[in-house]
Amino acid sequence: MQAVRLSRYTMTSCLGRGLDATLAALRARRSGLAPCRFETVQLDTHVGEVSGVDDVQLAAGLRDYDCRNNRLAELALIQDGFAEAVDEAICRHGQSRIGVFLGTSTSGILQTELAYRRRDPASGALPPDFKYATTHNSYSAADFVRRRFALSGPATVISTACSSGAKVFAAAARLMAAGVIDAAIVGGVDSLCLTTLYGFNSLELLSQQACRPYDARRNGISIGEAAGFILLERSERDDGAVLLLGAGESSDAHHMSSPHPDGLGARMAMESALASAGLRPDDVDYINLHGTATQTNDAAEDKAVFGLFGPRVPVSSTKGATGHTLGAAGAIESVICALALSHGFMPGGGVNMQTPDPALNSRYLIDNLEQPPRRVLSNSFGFGGTNCALLFGVAP
Amino acid sequence: MSSLAAHVDGIGLIGPGLADWPAARAVLRGEAPYVDAPPVVPAPAALPPAERRRTGQIVRLSLAVGFEAVAASALDPAGLATVFSSSGADGDNCHAICEALASADRQISPTRFHNSVHNAASGYWGIASGAMAPSTSICTFEATFGAGLLEAASQVTAFDRPVLLIACDTPYPEPLHSVRPLPGCFGVALVLSPQRSARTLARIEVAAARNEVSTIGDPALETLRRSIPAARGLPLLAAVARGTATSITLDYLDGLQLTTQVTP
Repeated sequence: MQAVRLSRYTMTSCLGRGLDATLAALRARRSGLAPCRFETVQLDTHVGEVSGVDDVQLAAGLRDYDCRNNRLAELALIQDGFAEAVDEAICRHGQSRIGVFLGTSTSGILQTELAYRRRDPASGALPPDFKYATTHNSYSAADFVRRRFALSGPATVISTACSSGAKVFAAAARLMAAGVIDAAIVGGVDSLCLTTLYGFNSLELLSQQACRPYDARRNGISIGEAAGFILLERSERDDGAVLLLGAGESSDAHHMSSPHPDGLGARMAMESALASAGLRPDDVDYINLHGTATQTNDAAEDKAVFGLFGPRVPVSSTKGATGHTLGAAGAIESVICALALSHGFMPGGGVNMQTPDPALNSRYLIDNLEQPPRRVLSNSFGFGGTNCALLFGVAP
Repeated sequence: MSSLAAHVDGIGLIGPGLADWPAARAVLRGEAPYVDAPPVVPAPAALPPAERRRTGQIVRLSLAVGFEAVAASALDPAGLATVFSSSGADGDNCHAICEALASADRQISPTRFHNSVHNAASGYWGIASGAMAPSTSICTFEATFGAGLLEAASQVTAFDRPVLLIACDTPYPEPLHSVRPLPGCFGVALVLSPQRSARTLARIEVAAARNEVSTIGDPALETLRRSIPAARGLPLLAAVARGTATSITLDYLDGLQLTTQVTP
């Protein structure tokens, strides 16, 4: 594929607002996870909650979009000069030439969960102030961003569970390569809600502690919320910008909620990302794993990664710091990869680790490695057997 | 704007009064009258019984139209990339989860939870077809058909291989039905290929542009087109059914439509 430039990027998670706060937390190996105090949830688990989301106000013309998910999106959009960079891109390309491709798994469903507590006792109707299309519906996230910047180009939400925020890069790059658009806002937004907390609890996949990827006694995920946004443009200048070099997608065709035990689909996605970039496994310097800290994910992903890359390549999961941000994970982990490339380090994944799992064979980084990677791979997998791998690099 | 070309090599369809693509084709050609009737959606025979029991209406509809289109194309479903587009996925399942979460006992079943993901139909399709090719699932609210067509056509161009587009909508039960009133279910699947084959029904060329949206002459079909997002592709299907060269414009987003050249 034609390399695409990450002109501007930003992320907001439980590690903080914007790149500086994120970088400082990664450098200090700090986790943003804490015991769950979200809403009325009574579950013994840790979450990565973003503070101050409730205080965000959307612009007057966008009040119909008001919900936790779009407030979190707005909070992220105003960090790191991202909104200003989009305005400048509109001047360069025009409103109709910029696409919006966002990933989310649950969008603003919290709004519906709360509305179901306020149903009319006689008729069962939802309260009159409830707005379905602009909050609950998955497309709300992309619609909100498209309207916020008064864009008139193509837009969609990709909702493939926990690979959503990665697959948006591939979709946007395809439309850019075909000449349908010149630039794109891609990213992912997912916010805490009862559906995912009680849902993962029903599958017995929630850890009671802060999650511990690659730990021998890892026992499940910690759910986080986050938003990550990236402005993609064609790569025309060689100025050391971070580039999307390749993307690979595949399906497990195996099970709705468990990965293929040997990570077959995961390996296909990584191989396809390498092929689309014209690179070999030896060209990759660091892998940001999906690394959810469930027994099955980490074991299957390790088989796939070790099988393809062997013992040389340093790998880590940053979910012990951010939590699993579901549909946003692919987007914020791409931003973390961009930080690793632009700041010359590889983030360790041992934030909450006690005992590394001896059954896992890849070269797992516990501490940060102060060594500049040139090409990095980011893995994102999800329910329904969906896999996506993205390859990033710095212009040589 | 640049256009994206593809060949329609197979169609699957189920909608109110439209039992399958041959029946819909006859109606769209004016050879049979349109008679509104609730559609019958078969249980997915390709799934193992345990999985089949767990499927909701959106999964059954998606698999039924998908397999109909693939059979018409004579391609192997195991090798096909897929694009699933739906404006709301499984409404019955969503209602059941929201009801449970608003009750004193918030427990929901694991099956309910994994069926709640927007890409559930894609997951079941993978199990039923064995396809390990890329699969995406998108949501673009009213633009379900247009966004699906653009995504699928861009994949045909990027990868130079056939892609199966499946656009489906099913209604929510009350109380969500009142805030998102879809009158029924409608599903359409298109096998889109880069090259012309013996199975090719039409060549299409899609471009995003501002234009006036094409309508359907039959008032009942026009009501269907307007009321269910997945049915917004009816003008394209009518053009393919008639088999004459024409240009139509499909509904997409505010301020942006998809102008499509159709050539037999």
